[in-house]
Amino acid sequence: MLSRTADNLYWIARYMERADTVARLLEVGSRISLIPSAHGYRSEWDSLLQATGMAESFAKKYGDPVQRNIESFLFFDHDNPSSVASCFTAARENGRIVRTALTSQVWDALNTAFQELKALERTPRSELELSRLTDWVMRHAAMVRGAIDATLLRNDGFNFLNIGYYLERGDNTARLMDVKYYVLLPRVDFVGSGLDNYQWSTLLRAMGAQRAFHWAYGGDVTAAKIADFLILNPQSPRSLATCAAGLVNHLARVAKAYGRETVAQEKARALLAEVEGATVEAIFDEGLHEYLTRFIADSADLALGIHDTYLSGEMR
Amino acid sequence: MAQFNEMYQGTGVRPPYARLDDWVAAMPQELRSLKQAEAEALFRRIGITFAVYGEGGDPDRLIPFDMFPRVFSAAEWAKLEKGIKQRARALNAFLVDVYGRGEIIRAGRIPGRLVYQNEAYEKAVAGFVPPKGVYSHIVGIDIVRTGPDEFFVLEDNCRTPSGVSYMLESREIMMRMFPDLFRENRIEPVDGYSEKLRRTLASVAPKKCKGEPTVVILTPGHFNSAYYEHSLLADLMGVELVEGQDLFVDGEYCWMRTTEGPRRVDVIYRRIDDAYLDPLCFRPDSMLGIPGLMDVYRSGGVSICSAPGAGVADDKAVYTYVPEMVRFYLGEEPILNNVPTWQCGKADDLKYVLEKLPELVVKEVHGSGGYGMLVGPKCSRDEVERFRAKIVENPGNYIAQPTLALSSVPTFVEEGVAPRHVDLRPYCLVGERIELVPGGLTRVALKEGSLVVNSSQGGGVKDTWVLAE
Amino acid sequence: MRLTVDHVTRYHYDRPVRSVVQSHRLTPSVFAGQKTIAWEVTVTGGAQGSVFRDGAGDLVQAWTVAGPVAEVTVRVQGTVETVDLTGVLRGHKETAAPECYLRATLPTRADTALDSLARSAEGADPLALAHALSAAVADAIAYRPGVTSAHTTAAEALALGEGVCQDHAHALIAVARVRGLPGRYVSGYLFADADGQSHEAAHAWAELYLPGLGWVGFDPANRCCPDDRYIRLGSGFDAQDAAPIRGIARGGGKEEMDVTVAILQASQ
Repeated sequence: MLSRTADNLYWIARYMERADTVARLLEVGSRISLIPSAHGYRSEWDSLLQATGMAESFAKKYGDPVQRNIESFLFFDHDNPSSVASCFTAARENGRIVRTALTSQVWDALNTAFQELKALERTPRSELELSRLTDWVMRHAAMVRGAIDATLLRNDGFNFLNIGYYLERGDNTARLMDVKYYVLLPRVDFVGSGLDNYQWSTLLRAMGAQRAFHWAYGGDVTAAKIADFLILNPQSPRSLATCAAGLVNHLARVAKAYGRETVAQEKARALLAEVEGATVEAIFDEGLHEYLTRFIADSADLALGIHDTYLSGEMR
Repeated sequence: MAQFNEMYQGTGVRPPYARLDDWVAAMPQELRSLKQAEAEALFRRIGITFAVYGEGGDPDRLIPFDMFPRVFSAAEWAKLEKGIKQRARALNAFLVDVYGRGEIIRAGRIPGRLVYQNEAYEKAVAGFVPPKGVYSHIVGIDIVRTGPDEFFVLEDNCRTPSGVSYMLESREIMMRMFPDLFRENRIEPVDGYSEKLRRTLASVAPKKCKGEPTVVILTPGHFNSAYYEHSLLADLMGVELVEGQDLFVDGEYCWMRTTEGPRRVDVIYRRIDDAYLDPLCFRPDSMLGIPGLMDVYRSGGVSICSAPGAGVADDKAVYTYVPEMVRFYLGEEPILNNVPTWQCGKADDLKYVLEKLPELVVKEVHGSGGYGMLVGPKCSRDEVERFRAKIVENPGNYIAQPTLALSSVPTFVEEGVAPRHVDLRPYCLVGERIELVPGGLTRVALKEGSLVVNSSQGGGVKDTWVLAE
Repeated sequence: MRLTVDHVTRYHYDRPVRSVVQSHRLTPSVFAGQKTIAWEVTVTGGAQGSVFRDGAGDLVQAWTVAGPVAEVTVRVQGTVETVDLTGVLRGHKETAAPECYLRATLPTRADTALDSLARSAEGADPLALAHALSAAVADAIAYRPGVTSAHTTAAEALALGEGVCQDHAHALIAVARVRGLPGRYVSGYLFADADGQSHEAAHAWAELYLPGLGWVGFDPANRCCPDDRYIRLGSGFDAQDAAPIRGIARGGGKEEMDVTVAILQASQ
């Protein structure tokens, strides 16, 4: 297929997944802000912005991280390329460009999300509750994903969509966990405290994974179990292991269809081997933050490889 | 001026519309509103919208769709079809001639100045005969009707006539909303268009191309007002929709950038102007286009549809001579007449035009889309005088025509059903064969009394029916 | 006269470019005034693309250079046997109608000054008129390198009163058109002979279409018609349209160009 078409599909997926994550982040932030502040020397919202790498652009435009501004910034602000509004708009625009590569169901889902966004933007903010907004985002993200899974031909376009989804999701899971690092581990003596566990639960809840977690592990919520669940467990839909395996799988299908292996497959396999070879102990020995930072960098490097190989149109 | 109503004559209904009389009588107001809303929702949902250049505003604006169809009998269409095909053949013969020996000019049948000094004449393709001798592969001919048997050609579009998506989608939507109408009337289908278009394009692949040719549609991009149409046609034909950046030249061929590496392109159905095809050839300052494409084209490595330079045939000043082309190249009498046209560049014509200005329609020679035109009878004295000054300043830039009593077709308006003026654009395909699907784009001037049907000026569209015999 | 050409154009990019596409009109025209003995064009790292003869009779050769590349050198070497035809382009095959050269382009558009310059010239017949126009241009625009650029128009050069061969050719095309004569821009080479006159070895002049004679060359810069010291390459509406090398580099840095041309008389 056209490299540009593959690129558009890949970005539809990345933008939809990113919007989903941003909505979840808002959920985490607002929940954490509802419980008594652990210390007061660092705003939870600020930490959240730090973890997602959006702190600087936020500060430039809004100054202090108060909740209402954060909501504006993460949800409605078209100047913020990662806001829900920007992501939905960009996903729909990419969809419009590659209409011919989508089924009408997928286009409908993308277009409906966009049209409803327009309506939301016209609604007075006082009538919009945060929880309603986040639900709305997750519902549309799921509808697009569902339409893709249910109706799209299993061709290379489908693979590039999934590659986009898994790349973004892996990166986002790592970043969400890193919020926990920024927000929740200000002082070593909190580790293992009731507050610590409550905060882990909040994170799980934001990822919609609380019940799944309890089914899988049972008992207390501990940092080790969470790390296992969100990094290593191949049953967890958002774990780094699941995302890496998804990347390997879809890249392998591309390689098979095209009859040749590239650096992209090589890098994806290395990423998966890295995750599969890890243990919770080793991760905590290295430091969770350090481990996640490394994963984010490796995943970005893989993204670059995919871009250079398939999406840039430079392949010979 | 008596105007021709295509449905009602006196108290009677003309036969092609016979069944529509009952249909509209039986439709209560509420149902009509409901259907209209449904049609609009369908149009919006499929994303067929129209952005008007230079007007800003809503890029997702819909062209109003009128549900009342426009109908031709089989006999009426048969005549139109013959006339349209004849014209399309003559226009192509003209193009091959003026880029070759220029016999029609040597014979003194058309002034060389109009052709060779025309902005649309591409010296770069002089001496080149495209595959199958076709320059204009999709000829859109704008036709108006003034009486039961009177049809006039308003203008020819030899480059990249747009609007065919409305022909296809209007039909889809009508069939979906009013299946009964299609059971009761025997209406010729139009959905063969995309397959015919694909065959036409494939038939003009370069000689060097062996096997099934790779056809692509080249679009300026998704910001273009006709992008929906480009993507619809690509989809229906099963070909790639590419932008300039997706193509490149290497060796003697043109290639597209794919995820599997370069893939050779044989036929480019371009929906961009000549000037943006190749910066090496046309606009060295532009980064748009595909550097080196024209060299590949000229050496027979790729076909471009319409062929660069085709625009010289649809220039409004050249238009006057199309009947002459029919006689010169085909040795036939034109079946479709031109609207009488005065060239303001000619002294005698200019004198007449300035005298009769309030009665005439005046157009810019290179204008399109209903911009920069004067409809004398509809304009105030001041507007006429202002236009007069423009004509006097640069007469060669204008042509004038009498104000025609355009036919009207019943149209749903706020108060119920009322006649509105229409025109017709059929799309003639020219490749190895000349083909025409029975139908076209009927544009309707929705404002009462208005004669301007352009979508950029408040025009709408209708489904166009051709009845089977 | 037997002339040898060694013409080197070096393109340098401050950052490597991804690819270069070029379209050359670097082959001597085929007409009674010149006969090519040997001719070769090379492009470093280049692959030959399409080749064809265009409507104006010029041989066009496309080249592509796959990157990344920071320098591309185009070298033209050859030998041509020339004959003095007093400027007449005899025996040149072309299909483009002369009338299409009556169209103005930006650099050849006549302003009021060019218009009156055109009307000041007198000639009993088209040939005499053409000579008068060429002389008028030579008088009005003194030869002086460095005052005009590649983008200077005929009108600007006339206002300056100074320019180079490109400006002379543009101006002559403009004034010829005012008088109803089709004019075109010709690029080629000029052998600087022993008389020591100042010449540009990569040269340009104009051709005017005269009834009965066809295309005839005029070189206002040297106040003559092209003779056996001239090698003709190709033509166009103006300098840009007639450029011997047109090229575009994709992705990468700023381009610098360096040209050396040596035209010598071959020892027989």
